[in-house]
Amino acid sequence: MLEKIRTAPAPIVRPNAAYDYDELVQEDRVHQLIYTDPAIFTAEMTHVFGATWVYLAHESQIPKPDDFFTTRLGLRPIIMVRDAQGQVRALFNRCTHRGTTLCRLERGSARMFRCPYHGWAFLNSGKLQTVPWRDGYACDFDDPKFNVAQVPRVESYRGFIFGTLNMAAMPLTDYLGPISGPIDEWLDRHPGGRVVIREANRLMYRGNWKLAYDNSSDGYHVIFSHRSLLETENRLAEEGDKGMSFYKGRPDDAPMYVAYMGNGHHFKDKRPNIEKRPGALWEIEGAAPGTEHVEGELRRKLGARALEALDLCASEPVNINVFPNLSILGNHIQVIEPLSVDTTNTTWYGTAVVDEAGIWGDAIHDINALRMRTQEQFPNFGEVDDLANFEEIQRGLAAQEDEWVYMHRGLGVPGRIRVADNGVITAPATDEVFMREYIKEWRRLMRTPPQLSIRREP
Amino acid sequence: MNSATRAAHDPSRTSHYVTDALYRDVVAWFTDWQREDRAVTDAAARDTFRRLVEREARLLDNDLLEEWAAMLAPECIYWIPASANGGDPRREITITFDDRRRLEDRIYRLRTGYAWSQKPKSRTVRLVGNVEAFICRHDPQARMLRSNVLISEFRGFETRCLAGWCAHRLRERAGGWEITVRQLNLIDCDRNLRNPSVIL
Ligand code: FES
Ligand SMILES: [Fe+2]
Repeated sequence: MLEKIRTAPAPIVRPNAAYDYDELVQEDRVHQLIYTDPAIFTAEMTHVFGATWVYLAHESQIPKPDDFFTTRLGLRPIIMVRDAQGQVRALFNRCTHRGTTLCRLERGSARMFRCPYHGWAFLNSGKLQTVPWRDGYACDFDDPKFNVAQVPRVESYRGFIFGTLNMAAMPLTDYLGPISGPIDEWLDRHPGGRVVIREANRLMYRGNWKLAYDNSSDGYHVIFSHRSLLETENRLAEEGDKGMSFYKGRPDDAPMYVAYMGNGHHFKDKRPNIEKRPGALWEIEGAAPGTEHVEGELRRKLGARALEALDLCASEPVNINVFPNLSILGNHIQVIEPLSVDTTNTTWYGTAVVDEAGIWGDAIHDINALRMRTQEQFPNFGEVDDLANFEEIQRGLAAQEDEWVYMHRGLGVPGRIRVADNGVITAPATDEVFMREYIKEWRRLMRTPPQLSIRREP
Repeated sequence: MNSATRAAHDPSRTSHYVTDALYRDVVAWFTDWQREDRAVTDAAARDTFRRLVEREARLLDNDLLEEWAAMLAPECIYWIPASANGGDPRREITITFDDRRRLEDRIYRLRTGYAWSQKPKSRTVRLVGNVEAFICRHDPQARMLRSNVLISEFRGFETRCLAGWCAHRLRERAGGWEITVRQLNLIDCDRNLRNPSVIL
């Protein structure tokens, strides 16, 4: 059963005045209010986190029937559950009686959610099952309105589960469009074309969520914001060519590039910087706990195949950003979680390789143990500095009379930006074209009255 | 690996000791170890351990990171789990699972002058207490310490408090004790942390 939701048409900020988003988002710059205004944030929670596809969970977080995992869609508390029939659902974590959350655990397995407050119990399909002392009610509890609300459209793309409240949203595969190419390539470098999530590096910052999404293909900041990491990861390297070293010199002259892939998605591809051969990725991987030991073990166990195995321990040099909240960075699946206009969680889920066919034998344990350690480097030594810079942007923007934030690098420079037949826009690594393009998609969503629905079991 | 080849490897430069056997040992040592029947009751020994934990807190608070790192064995582990039960670092991401080289990376980074997350630097005071010592059941020569820690951290404009308990594994070195594994269990280890950039 579908219920249409009445949503306020536009954020009312000053009495009788709505924002003109064409004024706030211009060709070369955006207004500071898009990062600082609580009314705009409130509107984003329906216009963006509601009206478009939003990443919710990875299927490895709910592998078996009855498994659940609690998360949010925007600010809405959500229980991601694989119901008893195996269907993945995104239930609103909200009791239909008086509104309390039904589930307070981060994850687990349950056929039924019994409300802690007055004991109404719901099947994990969302259907109301029992009400204590039913004879005290005159109503018909078979009315679907008592079943838990859920996200009406939940779809998975190769293990990445998305949901939207917009019945008119295009199919997920169309929404992803060209960005599914990099996602496929990222998955297909693993045996069986899949990964599983294994815990996370969980970070938060006092800044607007878009500061993270602006950053995640930004090749301009790397050598400056991450200078401490670059110096650290090369302190023992003879060639000084580890990790992000290809940003040294003039990064725009390197073969890597940024791309805008439509519907708000953007992509930074650093793979062209390295040769296409087994072991090339491993050569630039920074030192991690166990590096030399595992390399020796894998060479001993696997011989010539060791390089391919070592590449699985190394970080894939891509930043795949699916609007508005999913970034596949290296081997991490990073989720951007807006909490308020100036508070954001970035959760960097670690991924492990699964080897169901047994092609790596017991070497798979060495591969995954080292892969955990290589993944821990960037959040510890890199991301913390970006987050400090995001917080300082938020602080700087309090200087409200200086209204504009510029994202015009590359704009108007002849021959710099290319548009392919499929609409994909590419530019040198430090170009800000991906920001200018995604924020146009944001503007389109903010101007469009959201048509939202929720669903309940019949 | 025999001791001769091991001696040829400087753990500050190469990482040969983070092996499957080491992971197995670390997980075993840090499982079910706080047992009354193995508690150290000798007052002088307990005082020695309390002083070790207090010294560590003082060195970290005073930014004497190199001196602090010297309290740890050359082949050490500095571990902050991301799951409340400690978890298995072979199978999952931790907040931190540093060997000697990465621990020195951590200090090096803070010393570059370009670690923006520590510009300005945090000022910290640690309150350590409830220090208890246990004899390791896998090795009667080794000791395990449990202590509670409150870290008040002032940076920029605010002071925040981080709370947790620390587990140290110690072994004797030249009449004293050195730390072979230091595990810090933050009470909010499985929640999103803001700016975890100081050595905790
Ligand atoms: S609020 Fe859930 S049963 Fe009353
Ligand atoms: Fe960055």
